[in-house]
Amino acid sequence: MSTTQISEEESQTIVSSPKSIILRISRSNPQTGTAKSFMEFKVPYEKWTTVLDAILEVKKHFDHSVGVRYSCRQATCGSCGMIINGKPRLACFTKIVELNSDVVTVEPMNNFPVIRDLAVNFDRMFSTHKKLKPYIVRDDSEITSKTKEFLQTPEEVEKYIQFSSCIKCGLCNSACPTMATDSSFIGPQALAQAYRYIADSRDKGKNERLKIIDEPHGIWRCHFAGSCSMVCPKGVDPAMGIQLLRGYLLGFRR
Amino acid sequence: MEKQENKEGIKGWLNPGRYGIERFAYWLMRLTGIGLLVYFIAHIYETSTILNGKAAWEKMLDLTQTTEGHIILAIVIGMCVFHTANGIRLMLGHGGIGVGKPGRPDYPYTPRSINMKNKLCIYASIGLAALAMMYGLGVMFGE
Repeated sequence: MSTTQISEEESQTIVSSPKSIILRISRSNPQTGTAKSFMEFKVPYEKWTTVLDAILEVKKHFDHSVGVRYSCRQATCGSCGMIINGKPRLACFTKIVELNSDVVTVEPMNNFPVIRDLAVNFDRMFSTHKKLKPYIVRDDSEITSKTKEFLQTPEEVEKYIQFSSCIKCGLCNSACPTMATDSSFIGPQALAQAYRYIADSRDKGKNERLKIIDEPHGIWRCHFAGSCSMVCPKGVDPAMGIQLLRGYLLGFRR
Repeated sequence: MEKQENKEGIKGWLNPGRYGIERFAYWLMRLTGIGLLVYFIAHIYETSTILNGKAAWEKMLDLTQTTEGHIILAIVIGMCVFHTANGIRLMLGHGGIGVGKPGRPDYPYTPRSINMKNKLCIYASIGLAALAMMYGLGVMFGE
């Protein structure tokens, strides 16, 4: 396989050092039946260059047809999740220097259908997320309440605030060993979000959500491998949320 | 279907080192579980030979008295001890015990559920399994 290289004049990266990596990009298109193969590009980098920057350099100079989804470039939108050197990571949040490797391989996330190249389909994750009622459930509203707002103590906020940082990037679902074999498993993303709302003192939908997750492909399929928490780029720690959630079903928590 | 969904499948359980000792423990738990199930079935077959008379039973017992038989039994001891010890850690964890308290995460976002208590329990489970295997081998080969 030949490696394509960017000339110094063309590169967006200001070349102050001769450092470069071989970027291996997975190419596939299930719609046309194009099987997975890798294309290699030699890309210069600086200490601030992210994997997404390197992919965009390739798109700009060599092959604009590389399929990649991205938006905010600051780990907020959750669009650019992919497998980088074997582990699910956000491309915009992973600097090339952190990888300590001369070869960077990027592939689409596992456990999601591939749309093309590095872009995957999030439909199932979003529908599962929606199924678990990701909103405050109660009959009254702030408008009808006497205080015009639902007051919470700082301690009550601490119980769920960590889990509200989820950006739905899907890295946790990609790393989960149960998702690797069970197509019907709810997944760590949705389970952690179920905990986020159940732990919220304003919410009254605990029983409805527990009923949804208490099924054969629900919470009981989690075996606490902890990989979801290892890859989460926002510190959500889905593994903790799932175990605390299971505590409600087992009677350890009320 | 698996290919269409880009699922890792069983190979997702392999290469457990990618995600730290917790994923390795998950892999060992699966492996020892399957191993113990196979042993359980084999054990039922072994003990059922008594129905064929004393001679058949003693012939089967002789099989376990070989070097290979001793090694297999030592592996079974190791699997049993690891599966039990790690299983207790998991049962406590599944009830929310030892997984940390939720709170505002700070960069670099080290997950609280992947904590030293859990890691020590995993190392202790592996250590106990190794000790039990060594003791078993000592007893079986020391006869």
